[in-house]
Amino acid sequence: MLKNVMLCGVGGQGILFAAKIIAAAAELSGYDVTTNELHGMAQRGGSVTAQVRFGDGFHSPLFREGEADVLCALEPVEGLRCAHWLKADGKAAVSAQRLIPVTVSTGRATYPADLDERLARSFKTLKYIDCCAIALKLGDLRLANTVMVGALSSWLDLPESSWRAAVERSVKSGMVENNMAALKAGQEA
Amino acid sequence: MKKLLSGNEALARGAWEAGVRAAFGYPGTPSTEILENLVKYDGPYCEWSPNEKVAMEAAAGAAIGGARSMVTMKLVGLNVAADPMMTLSYIGVVGGMVIVVADDPGMNSSQTEQDTRHYARLAKLPVLEPGSAVECREYMMKAFDISEKYRCPVIIRTTTCVSHSRFLCEVGERRESKDSAFEHNPSQFCPLPIWGRKLRRDVEERMVAQAAEACGSSLNQEFKRGTKLGIISSSVAALHCLDAFPEASVLKLGWAWPFPDELIRDFASRMDHVAVIEEGDPILEEHVKSLGIACDGKNVVPRCGELTPIVIQGVKARLEGTEAPVATPVADANDLPGRPPMLCAGCPHRGIFFGLTKYDVIVTGDIGCYSLGVFPPLSRTDTILCMGGGFTVAHGMVQAGEKRPVVGIVGDSTFFHSGMTGLLNMVYNQGKAILIVVDNRTTAMTGHQDHPGTGRTLMGKPTAEASIEKIAEACGVKRIRVVNPYDLKQVDDVLKESLAADEMTLIISRAPCILKERRQLGPKPSVDTAACKKCKACLKLGCPAIELSDAKAAPSVNANLCIGCGLCVQTCKFGAMK
Repeated sequence: MLKNVMLCGVGGQGILFAAKIIAAAAELSGYDVTTNELHGMAQRGGSVTAQVRFGDGFHSPLFREGEADVLCALEPVEGLRCAHWLKADGKAAVSAQRLIPVTVSTGRATYPADLDERLARSFKTLKYIDCCAIALKLGDLRLANTVMVGALSSWLDLPESSWRAAVERSVKSGMVENNMAALKAGQEA
Repeated sequence: MKKLLSGNEALARGAWEAGVRAAFGYPGTPSTEILENLVKYDGPYCEWSPNEKVAMEAAAGAAIGGARSMVTMKLVGLNVAADPMMTLSYIGVVGGMVIVVADDPGMNSSQTEQDTRHYARLAKLPVLEPGSAVECREYMMKAFDISEKYRCPVIIRTTTCVSHSRFLCEVGERRESKDSAFEHNPSQFCPLPIWGRKLRRDVEERMVAQAAEACGSSLNQEFKRGTKLGIISSSVAALHCLDAFPEASVLKLGWAWPFPDELIRDFASRMDHVAVIEEGDPILEEHVKSLGIACDGKNVVPRCGELTPIVIQGVKARLEGTEAPVATPVADANDLPGRPPMLCAGCPHRGIFFGLTKYDVIVTGDIGCYSLGVFPPLSRTDTILCMGGGFTVAHGMVQAGEKRPVVGIVGDSTFFHSGMTGLLNMVYNQGKAILIVVDNRTTAMTGHQDHPGTGRTLMGKPTAEASIEKIAEACGVKRIRVVNPYDLKQVDDVLKESLAADEMTLIISRAPCILKERRQLGPKPSVDTAACKKCKACLKLGCPAIELSDAKAAPSVNANLCIGCGLCVQTCKFGAMK
């Protein structure tokens, strides 16, 4: 068994946090696991990606385009940009939160108006989630990423107890229960 | 016990377990987290030095005294630190010393793609290349042993992928090691010609012994899987090859220099065909060929960029004469808007770059967040050379008779790194330019490290806060102006009078990095769509919080991003931003 998880979004959105929770859940389920992430220039509002691999039969921390089992996009345009990383039968969880790049605001590019249609065409299995609205309903906008991880978690076949332990390891003790609620909300979305 | 560690975390762990006593460095992606993690452990002394040369020399001092030491930097940092490293190779060390250099194939956050293995050859120092975090920890511990055995520093070369990939690593406890207890020995530590010539010969002898040891070292590992194709590789590229070529044998060289000739000859003799697949320059390949071994190499492996798994698939296709796979985005992604990195919403650098857009000046920039001032709509940087180059390039242009005014920019950490010598030079040689220190009170781009101007050390102790203005005064600068970059009128007034002045000006633009401070600076404005004339003046700030998705509509302020810096309110002539 080998699972390749692709994460993408905009620098500053918390993609590293999402990768951390997924990797911890895999590790706590007894799998060998690797992650890879971009730092540096990429942090300042640019497109960023991270990869998580778990299971067996791999040496490299990187998989290639067309090899991801699941994709988690924290921004819809970034989801489209990374759609080709998915396997033909891969599954995607995409946040509906739109972040307008400066290239659009300054008139040098346009943000696609037909985003929903493009996402539907590009992903066979798609969870398109208003994670910010769900997070606000749970009382804290910062839970949006955990909602997205939750959406992904139903495809990763890891036990519930591992997700709880991963959350306990990754957030302050006072934040565990609302992160678990966010995870659950994402699973059900 | 196993822990999920990044390569940098594992290097720190390995150094701690090996009993490192003192560690020095200057921040630089992808190396920064090594010291940031080491300082969390009890035991080692850790510091951010003002630059890599200082760090290398300090680590040398510790190791010459007999203590285990480490110095960390990114690839271009080694250019700065190369001078002491060359001599240190001759005079050697007593305690083990490890020089960690993180290369950046693919230039994710670096201005060059230089291959540190060239420096290892130039300095005649052993270089170890871990490919995973597991190896980062193990190689670090072995590097200290090799260093003490041969009394020379050992280079560990990582890459961005190695430094930033996490693996489950076995971890152990810290071993005891010695304090510095220097013993007088001038014929070893003072390379005057009379003694230096002997030291020079010793280096050659040392390399012969090291090459012999490398042949039998567990750092060099053969994965026996067949004899049709034998791949010689190193670092993480070897791991990609293990996945991409399941039937090929792989000789993964973790200690490739000095070259383990017998190991390479033996491996090649058992293979029908040999391919050298290495990231960076053809250093292994040229050596393999010099041994009279026919092999494929850079004829099928790209010279530039990172050897990612898809690139390795391309190499495989070229070796097999099949068609290389291409990574094509989906059709619906062909016309997506680009998303380059940019100055954050509320970044204090924005006020200076925006102020400069009003004048016909040449701006010589530097390495840091303010490199982002080059992008539209600000587009206010003309050159970027190196750390400190913002000041010196400006000086050279002016002295060579450039007619347009020249403005040189460095950051605060960069000022202490190597900007201050450029300032001193301009005063001494009577250059005339406007020099600006964009002082955001931290080393921001690499993740907010302290420096001599912040009043805090890496170990969290309060310390003297170096004053940029007093250093400038002591250098002899007459015109020094401190501005608040959030006050656009003040910025403009100072730029205007400085351009008119007949001597050089040092402007210090001072306001803390908002990404570090994480606080609201003022009320978040919103756009009064009735008052907005859609002139787009506010969009010229290039602020990510000001959004416009429909060119005919009024812009809007994204309240999640805005921190209320007020620049857009000042740019709106119609009072629509309030």
